[in-house]
Amino acid sequence: MTVQAMTKEEAQSSGERIVNDFSMTVATMNGSGSQTSNLTLLRAMFKMGIPVSGKNLFPSNIQGLPTWYTIRASKDGYLARRETHEIIVAMNADTFGQDLESVVPGGAFYYGDHLKFEINRDDIAVYTFPAKKLAKDSGAPAALRDYVANMAYVGVLAHMIGIDMEQIKGALDFHFSGKEKPIALNMGVIEAAAEWAAENLEKQDPYYVEAMDGTEGKIMADGNTAAALGAIFGGVQFASWYPITPASSVAEALTINIGKYRDDLYEGGKTYAIIQSEDELAAIGMALGAGWAGLRSMTSTSGPGISLMTEFAGLAYYSETPVVIWDVQRVGPSTGLPTRTAQGDITQVAFLGHGDTHNIMLFPACAQECFEFGWKAFDIAERVQAPVFVMSDLDLGMNQWMTDPFEYPDVDMDRGKVVWEQDLENWEGRYGRYLDKDGDGIPYRTVPGNKHPKSAWFARGTGHDEYAAYTERGDDWEHNMERLIKKYDTARQYLPESDIFEKEGATIGIIAYGSTHPAIEEACDKLEEDDLKADYLRLRSYPFRDEVQEFIQKHDKVYVVEMNRDGQMHQLLSLAYPEMVNKLVSITKHDGLPLNARWTSEAIQAEEN
Amino acid sequence: MAKVNAVGLEKNEYRGAPTTLCAGCGHNSISNQIIQAAYDLSLIPEDVIKFSGIGCSSKSPTYFLGRSFGFNSLHGRMPSVATGALFGDARLKAVAVSGDGDSTNIGIGQFKHILRRNAPMVYIIENNGVYGLTKGQFSATAEQGLTLKYQGANPYMPVDVIMEALVSQATFVARSFAGDATQVRELIKAALSHDGLAILDIISPCVTFNNADDARHSYGWAKEHQDPLHDFSFVPFEEEIEVEMVEGETRRVTMHDGSSIILKKLDEDYDPTNRKNAMDMIQQSYEEDVLMTGLIYINTEPDSLLDMHGLSQDEPLNRLGQEHLRPKKEAIDAVNAMMF
Repeated sequence: MTVQAMTKEEAQSSGERIVNDFSMTVATMNGSGSQTSNLTLLRAMFKMGIPVSGKNLFPSNIQGLPTWYTIRASKDGYLARRETHEIIVAMNADTFGQDLESVVPGGAFYYGDHLKFEINRDDIAVYTFPAKKLAKDSGAPAALRDYVANMAYVGVLAHMIGIDMEQIKGALDFHFSGKEKPIALNMGVIEAAAEWAAENLEKQDPYYVEAMDGTEGKIMADGNTAAALGAIFGGVQFASWYPITPASSVAEALTINIGKYRDDLYEGGKTYAIIQSEDELAAIGMALGAGWAGLRSMTSTSGPGISLMTEFAGLAYYSETPVVIWDVQRVGPSTGLPTRTAQGDITQVAFLGHGDTHNIMLFPACAQECFEFGWKAFDIAERVQAPVFVMSDLDLGMNQWMTDPFEYPDVDMDRGKVVWEQDLENWEGRYGRYLDKDGDGIPYRTVPGNKHPKSAWFARGTGHDEYAAYTERGDDWEHNMERLIKKYDTARQYLPESDIFEKEGATIGIIAYGSTHPAIEEACDKLEEDDLKADYLRLRSYPFRDEVQEFIQKHDKVYVVEMNRDGQMHQLLSLAYPEMVNKLVSITKHDGLPLNARWTSEAIQAEEN
Repeated sequence: MAKVNAVGLEKNEYRGAPTTLCAGCGHNSISNQIIQAAYDLSLIPEDVIKFSGIGCSSKSPTYFLGRSFGFNSLHGRMPSVATGALFGDARLKAVAVSGDGDSTNIGIGQFKHILRRNAPMVYIIENNGVYGLTKGQFSATAEQGLTLKYQGANPYMPVDVIMEALVSQATFVARSFAGDATQVRELIKAALSHDGLAILDIISPCVTFNNADDARHSYGWAKEHQDPLHDFSFVPFEEEIEVEMVEGETRRVTMHDGSSIILKKLDEDYDPTNRKNAMDMIQQSYEEDVLMTGLIYINTEPDSLLDMHGLSQDEPLNRLGQEHLRPKKEAIDAVNAMMF
């Protein structure tokens, strides 16, 4: 249940403390260097054992436009964005009025005293502090002063809400990789600010943190880094990419980290190549070429890049070339809101490519799962000989998530049906690239470099027969396309199963996927408090596996919750299960912000009433 | 018994499916010279990898080296597919065939970028100034004023493949004419020895849509106006023979694999290792209205794409197993420790 904030007087008089249960937002200007401060707060609270999530709401801009960083602390372990701001730290003159207005009644508003504004609210606690002076007094070089001024709010907050100084120091130590000089400089400002607060500010709001044991065994990570690390453990051999927000950090994390984990495994040279291509067409073209040549290959992009990759997606599907494509979704159509989150590419990717193209999608819901799908996607792509799209989004990809530690792959690499010289020696009859020998729709594949005289074939996007020879015959075409849909059906068994969360006596079902998971979990609890019990199925892959159908069958009404306007997953479910369409209710939000639990539960309640 | 080459293969082993291009198409002559060059050099067909885009020219890899792997990719996107595929097995020799539409209209971006990456590959542009498969539209290499049956006169300036290649730092740049079988074949052989990207701009007339005698990509005009820079020949490493080198008359370029290009002076001595010269020479060909052919530029020094990525080892990347690709179990702790 959301804590009903009380008035300032109530808080003061009751002396009630609200501990580890609030949302704290820092309002700054893009490019002002507040990220270190925000991460320091987040990490220090995490190390105090408090479940936290950190979300950066940033503009498509390098410097000057407003940006907000929100940390949610939740003793109950809820990590979704909360719709309220209990604490706001205002450091940006441009948004001061709006920030002041956003604080909940009874909340706390902190601001640097260089911002000269009238405070027109008396229902909140207001604290002002000399950020600039503290920065100046720190002895920081002039060039760094604006930057370290952001450390002043870290120190003030540390004192006012009770963040452990040792943990702050630990966070800085991590951030600066143990480099003494920057740690000392920043810590100096933080300590001075905390002392200043102790002497000059009187606590008037109820929000505090206290150490607890809610983060035992967890790590903090962003989904894009996790995806890259997962790919490294998946044996990625080729990655090509083109810069785009919010996907760039997948390839960047790959570039930065791959050598550390891979270079000692092979003495003969590198075992991978990463190329920043000229555009997204070339990015997927290279990845497809590498996949065809037998390498574990990937590319990473977002919606506009996916649009450009369309023709190649069709070629990958039809030539049956394994390739992994990470789609870190942002708000579209068109350039859209490049720095806001969405789940808007679902139907496009499901059918990406002209003609009868069907694609496989995976839906990670936390950083750990980004790691898992980082390696697993290669196994699926090579097993099924098809492009595999991993549908992440900006919120999951770029924000800091508290997550389970990454787990070492629990199965060996599955390279699929690749045949080499020895296999062809024992091959009966003529080798055919597209022969359905096993009856599962998945043919056997040879890759360039195979020296067997039977091995070679000419890959093409044009009509081909079972031996990869050019054909325009209608029956050859149909035969091949029917096999491809059979293969797609076979693929289901290799895809991750849905996660199902059942509640005793549930009357409704909820289907959701991806980064909305924390909000859905919390919404389910909220609904239960209001006596509406929901079973929840979290989709992890498409095409849908059998348990999805069973889940819908078991419920009279199933809400499909997602972050796009048109209810795209609802559309795919409706296509897959036309006989159950009447049970499916689409609940959508598409404001570019991570989903929050209150909106979700209220939207479902509104449908129920 | 049919004649065999040094690896015991008959020439037939280097052929592909029968061509479906028009009789007399320049592309067929080029396919034949690829077959001949591969046979002469005693390449193992499985050691060659073929690429193409879309168009008449891009269909032709079906018609040669039937025992080689190949990828007939998308219109204008062959360079990217080839770039990725080259990493699979660095030992393979790559031969790509594209057309003027494929490389200088829809694909000019990828064409330029594969040049700056110096991907080790023979990149043949079968250049006829016209779209064949879609029946006779102008390509970007069509000369200004060219008049075609359904198109009227071309109002635009042409793109010059060679100039584009030179400004993009290409390391092997040659122009030839499909009607000059010997020069085409020798250039292909030399290009196969180049450890980097070799651009061969081969004027390859379209007998159906653009072969009027005054058209710049016609047999008639090319025959009449061909002006070779030198008498070009290629000597493979294994066949190294004493070539009489006469100061001022003969030039030798030693290739990465030890083979040699021998250039015999015709009218004037031409130094193909000087890029500025090369550009001047092309400019001069415009002024003199001739089809300048031969090895226009070569630089064997720069790293190839695979060198740039530290991947020119002998063990192909696509044969590495899990032990070389997946970090050890302990590494997962290091990864988690790296997170906060």
